[in-house]
Amino acid sequence: MRLVIQENSDLVTDWAARYVLKRVKDFNPGPDNFFVLGLPTGSTPLGMYRKLIEFHKQGRISFRYVKTFNMDEYVNLPREHPESYHYFMWNNFFKHIDILPENVHILDGNAADLQAECLAYEEKIKEAGGVHLFVGGIGPDGHIAFNEPGSSLVSRTRLKTLAQDTIIANARFFNNDLSKVPKQALTVGVGTVMDANEVMVLITGAHKALALYKAVEEGVNHMWTVSAIQQHPRALLICDEDATLELKVKTVKYFKNLWDVHSKLVDPLDDIKSQDGAQV
Amino acid sequence: MKSDIIQFHNCFILRDGQIIKEDLWTCEGKIVDPEPIFFDKKDYADIKIDCRGLLIAPGYIDLQVNGGFGVDFSRDSETIEHGLEVVAKGLLVYGTTSFCPTLVTSSPEFYHQVVGKIKKTPGSSKGAEILGIHVEGPFINNDKKGAHEKKFIHQFDHGANSIEEVYGKDWRNISMVTLAPELENSTEAIKHLTSNGVTVSLGHSMGSLVQGEEAVRNGASFITHLFNAMLPFHHRDPGLIGLLASSKIPPGKTVYYGIIADGIHTHPAALRIAYRTHPKGLVLVTDAISALGLEPGQYKLGYQDVVVTENCAMLSGTTTLCGAIASMDKCVRHLKRATECSTVEALEAATLHPACALGIQDRKGSLRFGRDADLVMLDDELNVVSTWIASERVYQNPAALELTAQRVPKI
Repeated sequence: MRLVIQENSDLVTDWAARYVLKRVKDFNPGPDNFFVLGLPTGSTPLGMYRKLIEFHKQGRISFRYVKTFNMDEYVNLPREHPESYHYFMWNNFFKHIDILPENVHILDGNAADLQAECLAYEEKIKEAGGVHLFVGGIGPDGHIAFNEPGSSLVSRTRLKTLAQDTIIANARFFNNDLSKVPKQALTVGVGTVMDANEVMVLITGAHKALALYKAVEEGVNHMWTVSAIQQHPRALLICDEDATLELKVKTVKYFKNLWDVHSKLVDPLDDIKSQDGAQV
Repeated sequence: MKSDIIQFHNCFILRDGQIIKEDLWTCEGKIVDPEPIFFDKKDYADIKIDCRGLLIAPGYIDLQVNGGFGVDFSRDSETIEHGLEVVAKGLLVYGTTSFCPTLVTSSPEFYHQVVGKIKKTPGSSKGAEILGIHVEGPFINNDKKGAHEKKFIHQFDHGANSIEEVYGKDWRNISMVTLAPELENSTEAIKHLTSNGVTVSLGHSMGSLVQGEEAVRNGASFITHLFNAMLPFHHRDPGLIGLLASSKIPPGKTVYYGIIADGIHTHPAALRIAYRTHPKGLVLVTDAISALGLEPGQYKLGYQDVVVTENCAMLSGTTTLCGAIASMDKCVRHLKRATECSTVEALEAATLHPACALGIQDRKGSLRFGRDADLVMLDDELNVVSTWIASERVYQNPAALELTAQRVPKI
């Protein structure tokens, strides 16, 4: 497992976007050769989407031959609701880029048969040839996608009831009215994520420090589902300094000393930096 | 193609009372929500238009246009169809995408001849949409006739029946009637008109505030060219002007008022008083006469010799104003400058408010999903760069850069 530590969350999202850029470019996708990307929602990924939109507008990346699979979606929340993940993805990413609608996949939380929807989703991922790069974020309790603490580490796409912590945390998006917060979601399983060729997880903020510690320094644990990536052959964690607060000095220093190696995973910074002033 | 999905991007748009950086999508001549097109229809833009940072507002709506470009609707009855075409086309230059041709007080014979010929007509590259006629008179007060001819002024002698008697059987082409509420039987007439979907406007009137409030309760919802041709403001009876601050307006109802913001017909201070008292009711009207759009010079308009300058039209050899000639885009800019109102308020006075006054806000006056794709593109100083009707560009300012439209190849 690789851990890339950046100074702040802005640099985390910048680095993540550049990593996606490099992966897609190196893959050189075409009509018969789609790059398959797994995508999260949330405030940390938002920064990454903004950077990717910027790269797209500068002509550095096209999504014409990219397929996407989103991690999760609330159940019984109207799609046009500002908290739905359809709404999030459309407004924060898809409408700004050249991706084709038929290549976008988001679980339908309003499907008549939710179980069939989940099974079909797994099939679609299989048909696409599997996910090349799954990008994820985590919750303060270490959940990846909506795989709440206690989820099976070999789980597949399914209906999941949200943890009380998550419901309370989400209330702020629903006028602080607990009764309006969706109690269930459809989510890819931990196993679905682990099947990807590569997994990249973005972790920022002091409130996620404990989760990062559990993921890096403790063992694989179904109460901190993100820890499953320890067993993934190509896993990459990107965090900011704040998120390292619970890590040992030794751990932090070890990974920071690997910077020379990790920095080569993306194109040189100068190349991008000169573009930073460009208008979005 | 009409069925093309068009995406205007790199633009600012006026939506829900805010100017936001957002793309505007249209299809089949309507403004559409792109999200269901993407997720449900699995479709995307056929044409992308780079707007280079311009502001997109709904097309302007002018409720009071007497003529322009040498045409006077109230005189040129023989050639009215041609006259309408000339004016409808000419207004596009000013960002106006729909309007009410306005007839001043005339004889019943004239109305019978002309009203049937002025049909509600959708807009196109040939010209702005005709929203229906605004008949200003003849049911007005002698003492506030302004430039209207006394001999044609009429009373509601037969109550509501007088409407069809005077305007003729085609009176359904009329969208707006300016009348004086103090006339006898006016209550019956107002009720009859408003129940048939006609907007009743109060004007050319000696009416008191009480008479104005009574008319509003009966259905009237507009005041014609505020301050002009009505009692001046008096603190013990504020007259029709008092409607702007009346406490007797039925709850939920807005009284709109037309105002000529050309810097000449309404003093900037009077404009500020109106704006600050009742900004949500302010409707810009040009009240333009036939001299609108003519180059400065000497003209014979109707029976009068007229001198047209940059800003105004005067009777030849005098300093007497003979009507307004400021275009709608000029009025928008003047309103903003004179009142220091926001760009949104200035634009809504020419778009949303007139649409609401006519009761067509589900169709025009905003950029909400489902509305007609009638647009005006503006630069930072609110100069018109281009005008669009039903997603089609109908005017391009030759001095401005043309936008590039790119067709997106579909697999």
